[in-house]
Amino acid sequence: MLEFLQQLINGLAQGSIYALIALGYTMVFGVLRFINFAHGDVYMLGAFAGFYIGPKMLRLFGDQPGYGVLISMLLVTMILCALIGIGIEWLCYRPLRNRPKLTVLITAIGVSLFLENGGQFLFGADPKSFPEILTDRYISLPETWGRISELGIQLSAAISMLVTVILLFGLRHIVLHTKMGMAMRALSFNPVAASLMGINNSVVIAFTFGLGSALAGAAGILTSIQQPSIDPLMGISAGLKAFVAAVLGGIGNLPGAALGGILIGVIETMVVGYISPTYRDAIVFGVLILILLLKPTGLLGASEQEKV
Amino acid sequence: MKTLLLSMLATAGLAASLFAADEIVVGEFASLTGGNASFGQSSHKGTQLAVDEINATGGLLGKKIKLITEDDQSTAGQPATIVQKFISQDKVIAVLGEVASSKSLEAAPICQQNKIPMISPASTNPKVTEVGDYIFRVCFIDPFQGTVMAKFAQSKGWKRVAVLTDVKQDYSVGLAKFFVEGFKKNGGEIVKEQSYSTGDKDFKAQLTSMKSLKPEAIFLPGYYGEVSLIAKQAKLLGLKCPLLGGDGWVGDSLLKVAGNSLDGSFFSCHFSAQDKSPVVQSFVEKFKAKNGAVPDDMAALGYDSAMILAEAIKKAGTTDGDKLREAIAATKDHPGITGSITLDEQRNARKPAVILKIADGGFQFEQAVAP
Repeated sequence: MLEFLQQLINGLAQGSIYALIALGYTMVFGVLRFINFAHGDVYMLGAFAGFYIGPKMLRLFGDQPGYGVLISMLLVTMILCALIGIGIEWLCYRPLRNRPKLTVLITAIGVSLFLENGGQFLFGADPKSFPEILTDRYISLPETWGRISELGIQLSAAISMLVTVILLFGLRHIVLHTKMGMAMRALSFNPVAASLMGINNSVVIAFTFGLGSALAGAAGILTSIQQPSIDPLMGISAGLKAFVAAVLGGIGNLPGAALGGILIGVIETMVVGYISPTYRDAIVFGVLILILLLKPTGLLGASEQEKV
Repeated sequence: MKTLLLSMLATAGLAASLFAADEIVVGEFASLTGGNASFGQSSHKGTQLAVDEINATGGLLGKKIKLITEDDQSTAGQPATIVQKFISQDKVIAVLGEVASSKSLEAAPICQQNKIPMISPASTNPKVTEVGDYIFRVCFIDPFQGTVMAKFAQSKGWKRVAVLTDVKQDYSVGLAKFFVEGFKKNGGEIVKEQSYSTGDKDFKAQLTSMKSLKPEAIFLPGYYGEVSLIAKQAKLLGLKCPLLGGDGWVGDSLLKVAGNSLDGSFFSCHFSAQDKSPVVQSFVEKFKAKNGAVPDDMAALGYDSAMILAEAIKKAGTTDGDKLREAIAATKDHPGITGSITLDEQRNARKPAVILKIADGGFQFEQAVAP
């Protein structure tokens, strides 16, 4: 039981990272109806942004790892990744906006390969050691729960879960309670009608890309403080898992993406802990196939009526 | 002007073709980028150093050696393509590579088929040389390394050990198999066998299930990339037992990522730069002068593989495949950087292993184990 609870905690920590990345997939799909396969690589760029910004931030804070460094680094990285996301949309997807969706999808794969190989060229292919911006330790959970004293969590994992929750609520606020959020929702509902009502679609789409990429950048930092080894290909598997998470939760659905991410993280950890890591990917993708067969709209996705 | 240009070009072309005939072409495939890049880069630097040295002292059979190096990006599928190209296009007389057993296993059948001798610097999986009589290696093999570590663990008085294997690497699976056999034979108990895959970053699930069993040590025969993360996470999860490993741990990035989480851990390898013998020290000096860094095992093995090839070419007096094969197979007491190398009937090197201890952010020589 103790071991199971510990695995659950591990799974939640991993899942919260997937959730952050999955949100970007789902938002872009919501407004543009296409899967941005380069999204996982923006997550990688986030980690590398942290790698280069980290030492500078540390110097700024007197070479003392701590929360100030982490927060300022998160903010800078998120802004940087937002700009990268907007740039990618402007350069690669905007010229193709009225082309068939397949053209855009293939372009997205191209952008992804460009970032992966460009990353190897620019940063080097060797795994890099992420700077220590937070003194990590193991926190034992209080003994007030009786015998459960050996249970614990990595400080970095706890922080990354907390940051994820904060970002999720921030995102929810933007989407539900701001003008920009309302425009995003309108656009995802009907782009033509939205533009007729005076919404500047290009601005909204750029904003969506920026927002999604900022979350991916944050995920890059949060992973790297837990697993301080980063490489230019780290976005491939994380991006794929987050994509599965978005589909599992119902693509286009924000709470669905968060739920899907957490579920994939927990399933993965349980498979590794109790069965074998060999089957991890097989089971994750098995879940995807199963959900597509049984409930193609995903767990929280509403069925959409074809407009005639 | 035009004629001048043309004649210059013609002369250049002529020179190039003349030059080509004066070369012994050797192909080297290595993981210069990707997950095993630290190894690949290192062995390549060692190989290059050896080739430069041979060429500086007049080459072999009156010709210079031309080393063609191709990067297989640490990716399955690449070695086969590269070796095909070496043989059909570059007309190499021999192939050097690879560090990782999985890659060597891919290239070996092609070399065997074309009767081109191949010398692997550091592939320790037994299957590599079993491919055929044209495949050699200058390192010891997994059974030896696995057994050495099992004996070492028992000499430390540990009775309950867990094993964590990288299922995607033949190397890791091989080492684990012989460790478990050796450890059980002398009454030890394997409390848990767990696995992971190359490229994984999160190992908390496996470590959590090991922690409750309180092993006295964990045998972790993986590569440095994952090992460093495992060490870090094990420490954070509160696993205090030492980790044990093999030569896959050698790599610049191991301690950079792991920090002090590996203090008190042990691993077996081929060579220690702290070795006082003059052969080793002069190699260390030469390597430092050229690359500005202390050589690791892979560099030493890369150097040895090229030197054994050179020695054999000299002895055979020809680069003809059959005769060259004979000459390599006859290698005996070659004074290598990684010890005195004799190739046995199975074309494996017989030589001692070195066990290193990690302490104070560095490697310390613990003991040498003869075969």
